[in-house]
Amino acid sequence: MLTETLTNNHNEHEEHHDGSTNSVFGFWIYILSDCVLFATLFAGYTVLHNNIYGGPSAKELFSMPFVLTETFILLTSSFTYGLAMLASHKKNKSQVLLWLFITFLLGLSFVGMEIHEFSTLIEEGNSFSRSAFLSSFFTLVGTHGLHVTSGLIWMVSLMAQVMKHGVITKTQTKLACLSLFWHFLDIVWIFVFTIVYLMGAI
Amino acid sequence: MFGKLTLDAFPHEPIIIGAAIFMALSALSIVGVLFYFKKWKWLWTDWITSVDHKKIGIMYIILAFIMLFRGFTDAVMMRSHLALSVGSSHGYLPPEHYDQVFTAHGVIMIFFMAMPFMFGLLNLIVPLQIGARDVAFPFLNSFSFWLTAVGMVLVNMSLVLGEFAATGWLAYPPLSELAYSPGVGVDYYIWSLQISGLGTLLSGINFFITILKMRCPGMNLMRMPIFTWTALCSMILVIIAFPVLTVTLAMLGLDRYLDMHFFTTSFGGNQMMYVNLIWAWGHPEVYILILPAFGIFSEVVATFSKKRIFGYVTMVWATAIITVLSFIVWLHHFFTMGAGANVNAFFGIATMIISIPTGVKVFNWLFTMYRGRITFSVPMLWTIGFLITFTVGGMTGVLMSIPGADFQLHNSLFLVAHFHNTIIGGVAFGYFAGFTYWFPKAFGFKLNERLGKCAFWCWLVGFYVAFIPLYALGLMGMTRRLNHYDAAPGWHPLLIVAAIGTAIVAIGILFQFAQIAYSILKKESSQDTTGDPWDGRTLEWSISSPPPFYNFAITPHADDIDAFWDQKINNKISKEKPHYEDIHMPRNTGMGFIIAFTIFIIGFALIWHINWLAIFGLVATIVCVIKRSFDYDTDYYVKAAEVEKIESEFSSRKK
Amino acid sequence: MIKKFKSSLRIAFLSGLALLMVSCKAVVLDPKGVIASDERTLIFTAVGLMLIVVIPVFIMTFMFAWKYRASNSQATYDPHWTHSTLLEVVVWSVSGIIVAILATITWISSHRLDPYKPLDVITKPVNIQVIALDWKWLFIYPEENIATINYIKLPVNVPINFKITSDAPMNSFWIPQLGGQIYAMTGMQTQLHLMATNVGQYGGGSANFSGAGFSGMRFVASVGSQEDFEQWVSEVRQSANTLNDGEYIQIEKPSENTPVTYYSSVRPGLYHDVILKFMMPNANLPSRF
Repeated sequence: MLTETLTNNHNEHEEHHDGSTNSVFGFWIYILSDCVLFATLFAGYTVLHNNIYGGPSAKELFSMPFVLTETFILLTSSFTYGLAMLASHKKNKSQVLLWLFITFLLGLSFVGMEIHEFSTLIEEGNSFSRSAFLSSFFTLVGTHGLHVTSGLIWMVSLMAQVMKHGVITKTQTKLACLSLFWHFLDIVWIFVFTIVYLMGAI
Repeated sequence: MFGKLTLDAFPHEPIIIGAAIFMALSALSIVGVLFYFKKWKWLWTDWITSVDHKKIGIMYIILAFIMLFRGFTDAVMMRSHLALSVGSSHGYLPPEHYDQVFTAHGVIMIFFMAMPFMFGLLNLIVPLQIGARDVAFPFLNSFSFWLTAVGMVLVNMSLVLGEFAATGWLAYPPLSELAYSPGVGVDYYIWSLQISGLGTLLSGINFFITILKMRCPGMNLMRMPIFTWTALCSMILVIIAFPVLTVTLAMLGLDRYLDMHFFTTSFGGNQMMYVNLIWAWGHPEVYILILPAFGIFSEVVATFSKKRIFGYVTMVWATAIITVLSFIVWLHHFFTMGAGANVNAFFGIATMIISIPTGVKVFNWLFTMYRGRITFSVPMLWTIGFLITFTVGGMTGVLMSIPGADFQLHNSLFLVAHFHNTIIGGVAFGYFAGFTYWFPKAFGFKLNERLGKCAFWCWLVGFYVAFIPLYALGLMGMTRRLNHYDAAPGWHPLLIVAAIGTAIVAIGILFQFAQIAYSILKKESSQDTTGDPWDGRTLEWSISSPPPFYNFAITPHADDIDAFWDQKINNKISKEKPHYEDIHMPRNTGMGFIIAFTIFIIGFALIWHINWLAIFGLVATIVCVIKRSFDYDTDYYVKAAEVEKIESEFSSRKK
Repeated sequence: MIKKFKSSLRIAFLSGLALLMVSCKAVVLDPKGVIASDERTLIFTAVGLMLIVVIPVFIMTFMFAWKYRASNSQATYDPHWTHSTLLEVVVWSVSGIIVAILATITWISSHRLDPYKPLDVITKPVNIQVIALDWKWLFIYPEENIATINYIKLPVNVPINFKITSDAPMNSFWIPQLGGQIYAMTGMQTQLHLMATNVGQYGGGSANFSGAGFSGMRFVASVGSQEDFEQWVSEVRQSANTLNDGEYIQIEKPSENTPVTYYSSVRPGLYHDVILKFMMPNANLPSRF
């Protein structure tokens, strides 16, 4: 939601003030503030991850193969987005759309797997109300998931815009911003994977 | 169907009904006036849909003054109640009201008075000072403003519909958790701050990019006016600090809405984490407010002493040092939580180190006055009032940064006196100075000096009469947020004095409103036709007052720190008729207003647990955002001929 | 000369404060215990040091504003005097030196006045367990096996070790004339070490807002001789009330302006169970929520 609004108006002043660099630079700064947001969530998780209050600990909960699959899917989606960007530099509209669509499908399956993981946990009685540890787990991982979801909505909107206008400067700028966002979410996920799942398994 | 919203939520107590009627009457009279003069179209096309930074700035400042009135009314209620609530008498505010009043006072003054005032001044002046035609993202700017306005509407709505938080302005858990605050008050708090906080964050990014990317040719970083520098540092703080607030309030919200356990007493929640997180935002927040005020004083003192700011480079570095240090001092707000001597001492020392660059700034302002030619116009009076008052506040601040002393002063009225000392003496005085100083630039006529001076003296005297007793009361062991006390400790006389001080400040505020009203009525006699009423030094004074919507017909060139002064002194202002070109400008749009409104629906629905409405609001928001995203026709060109016409009108007025 | 000026200023400042103390009962500046007394000295020292900078600022503000007013054409006008390395060095170093001194004082005093540090006295201390409730204070004397609400008796010149927790929102335990405050929080324990040096009645209360009845969370700390204290203990033991789990659940419920109450005995381990009930499921004491 926030990210979309931000990109929406990126192209005012395009010729005059070199608006597209401003947009991308502005988006970098937004990413920076989003980093702080995730850093705070990680700090919260770090403080609370031992507060299991008689409930299950990280070690008992997470299934490594499942999370590895998730990770693999998300990393692949970053790669396919990269291919979409290469196509956009070549102004190849159909390839841009193709790679965006594949990225979208990968992102969607990531979100689907996460929803599956969450619902399984809740069904087993280990919901976010069970302990402070689980509250912080659901919030940290869920916030990442919400980011991915809003990235997906944004992607659909961008695909429609590319279909309508083709690969022009404006759509390229927007694609570049979403690209930043998408790779950023990948990096955040690497941290989630390491701190929550890998260190939890130890 | 309507969640928690039942008939009980509507007002049924005399004071609240009175407030409701007052608000309804004000709203009705505004609507009536708009209908009578058929101004709806004007309001929509010229203001609500405007993406012009100057108009957005003016709207921010109007909002700030409305909320100053509201927040100050709360202050009057608290002080008058406490002057009455001694021994067997219990004043006129029962605890559940009194507790909401002091919470609302703090929240409103910081988030809805000081913050909008700051963003108002930034909007008005920063693009002009750096020679830009607008901010980097004009639509985003409009959207940020409307988010702030939405937050403000929610806060005021709580006055008549339901209740506000009764937890203190930072809503420490577990008191703010569902277990101890089951009502909608804390939810109002959470959503109004989340929404306006989002607006603040977006503004922060916007101005950061504006300052870094949109400066006119020649203006490198070390030629930026000090106000722009302090704005830049303040925006850096916004970008880093506000996400922390968002997360903290989100965690509190999740505790309340989804039965999570971040800060609950049981299930492994950790209330100390909230206190740490909220202050990790809260301490930078006070610097977000004070740094631009420092910038304003720097501009004012240089202009009215007819002398360049003393030690420009030092001022810049001092600001930068304060910016960095403000992130490593948050623990000094809770030395009494038992962190241990090493931790306390570290944070105490880090805090007092901030007083070094701040002290240097004070000396630099004084040295700017030294061998100057000082005119005591209203902005300069506020500056001198600030120098004295803020020094006292700084001293008590350093005193409380020593953990051993803080154990005795923390949470007492001494603390209350200290932060009002810095926030009124620093932030409020600074913004009032900036308001008077830049008013002619925004509106094309000066504010009345005489009424301005009356306002200043009432504020200054009222401040001391109201807050020196609070210092004494703190030393007498009176804690903050009490709504009743015994006669035995001897607090009553001083609380009466403090109430009198509040009355004097009230007169000061009345003078301010009178000053604005009188100046508007008499504006023909105080026109500023030159665009440079104070013999200014920076670029905002080089164009007409009020500036044309495109600001600069010809992009200026800065060769000096005081770019405009340099042009004036060295005769660089061209007498020849310049060659105008087409100017590229953003189109007005109502989308900022509309999206903020859909977000308002989400906030309102969540406060009252009306799930269908919240989902509706969310869908509406997403749809609107996507719709805006599909709009590729967002800008246009102002023809050179039109620019020439506007500019020649200004030139003929000047002569 | 400057020294003389400083000392006379100091005298003026202190006598001003003394006047304030007499007329207004400035309890923070009128300590009756070792810690409070140290804290007062610390406050005075810090204020004195800072006045070295603050007073010149005041004088310069008024002097410069007066001398360089626009109407005074006699005064020098030098718009090019905008930088002076010497002055910069002086300003930064003077502020720096004062802060360095203050920082040293801070480091030392933070350790000396650490509320967790037991006092350096040989006398056997009295232990008191403090529980902040909605909206009153429950005090348990574990060795004496008695408890009180909103009243404590302390022997003079004997160190008192407070162990503090809460069964309510965060509060702050504060007896200004005996020493600084510390927070009371659920599920954990903070500590405070104080010692009264004068006999008398001293007010105490909560300094951190905890809800509607917060204003009434006041108690009296009465300091008497060792004999007074022992006599008081035996008096409390005469009380008909006993503090068992049932009674605790009753007093835990919110109440305002609760009168002083004595309990002749306390269920052993009650204080620890109050802490534990927030820390693990199935604790001995039920939670209110």
